[in-house]
Amino acid sequence: MKKRKVVMDAEGIERSLTRVAYQILEKNKGVEDLVLVGIQKGGVLLAERLAKKISQIEGVPIPVGKLDITLYRDDIMTSGKAREIGKTDIPFSLDGRKVVLVDDVLFTGRTIRAAMDALMDFGRPMLIQLAVLIDRGHRELPIRADFVGKNLPSSHSEEVLVKISKRKTSDSVTIEEAF
Amino acid sequence: MKLARKDLLGIQDLSVEEINLILDTADSFIDVSTREIKKVPTLRGVTVVNLFYEPSTRTRTSFEIAAKRLSADTINIATSTSSVVKGETFVDTARNLEAMNPDIIVLRHSAAGSPHMLSKVVRQSVINAGDGAHEHPTQALLDMMTMREKKKRLAGLKVAIVGDIAHSRVARSNIYGLTKMGATVSVGGPITMMPRCIERLGVEVHYKLEDAIRDADIIMMLRIQLERQETNLFPSLREYARYYCLNRKNIAAARDDVLIMHPGPMNRGVEISPEIADGPYSVILEQVTNGVAVRMALLYLLSGGKS
Repeated sequence: MKKRKVVMDAEGIERSLTRVAYQILEKNKGVEDLVLVGIQKGGVLLAERLAKKISQIEGVPIPVGKLDITLYRDDIMTSGKAREIGKTDIPFSLDGRKVVLVDDVLFTGRTIRAAMDALMDFGRPMLIQLAVLIDRGHRELPIRADFVGKNLPSSHSEEVLVKISKRKTSDSVTIEEAF
Repeated sequence: MKLARKDLLGIQDLSVEEINLILDTADSFIDVSTREIKKVPTLRGVTVVNLFYEPSTRTRTSFEIAAKRLSADTINIATSTSSVVKGETFVDTARNLEAMNPDIIVLRHSAAGSPHMLSKVVRQSVINAGDGAHEHPTQALLDMMTMREKKKRLAGLKVAIVGDIAHSRVARSNIYGLTKMGATVSVGGPITMMPRCIERLGVEVHYKLEDAIRDADIIMMLRIQLERQETNLFPSLREYARYYCLNRKNIAAARDDVLIMHPGPMNRGVEISPEIADGPYSVILEQVTNGVAVRMALLYLLSGGKS
């Protein structure tokens, strides 16, 4: 039997995202050249939600894209399986833009490394920032987030599950202990 | 999600799930070829050898572009300029290549079954790029991908394949694939080019073009190999064209929204008239585009299984 603990409920997630939205605006001094890119799959809905919050605050629409990093992973040849490839859809130019990458959980940092390489193949952003809902530690690369919803110290064997859906009411972050 | 096999030797031994996996993966690779930077780092450090014992432009180039867009290294060996002309046997060539540690060998050979033999000799993944009159699996996969893209399904489609069925590996691979996926296949051509007992593969057999293509959703015209003129399979190109050239008149027997396919290279005016080849129903160039995506998918899926 696995032990489960809810560490964030729907309201908590909502409040964190609101704060992160304001932090993104503060750090970038507004919305000029600002775009959000969610990493498949966990970051896509989060990016859309953050963009909606920012647009509501500033009164202008924020471009949102989605990025699949499967083809940029560093474990394709060693993982023993070819992963399913998701959709990349960035319907705007990245040249000279301030790109905020959005993901649900920051763990080893390898996904973010892959995402930055992938972004560079789509253009030359002015800068890339990183927003995550959960930072659970255990970095294997020199990468840190610019915006963090919640720091969640965890052990390697634990699993952090983020559930985000279009209907916000059932959103949650749970941590699962493996025995 | 994994293609649980070392090699791709033919469509005959693929399951429906495997075909769907390859086609779905190929769909995802279409995007890479339309980007500004048409390259992803996925297969960095992988070496692909294209070993071609028969002339080919389309298939070899397609494999080479597919490998390069995935950042794999490619080496092309055309046997007319290799040690084969010095008398080296097929197996010796294969063992020498194996000793240089490539990861994937793409083989085209005039002898049916040669990729199967190669796959037993070497530890590398082998992809069949056409073996004699046996199979041409990547062609059938790109054909099915194109049909599925345009018609949104494969099951229930009526596909007519017309031409030299007996000598066509494209026909055989498509028959295996399409019947597996639930399409109906009818084949048409002169009796001299129709293999005996072909109906055992689950296809309808016709000897007149109009009968073969009646109510077809897709017509696939096969290339008449001009070099076969000498072999008495048909009296003359002109006579073949009179009865089997797809043109504006006889195409009326097919459905109004029929798609025209051809594996290339075309003999304009022999099996297909220019107004059909360049007409609104032709998806012949889309087939070529999809060929790169299908081959990228196969290189990706076959590489992913190793540890």
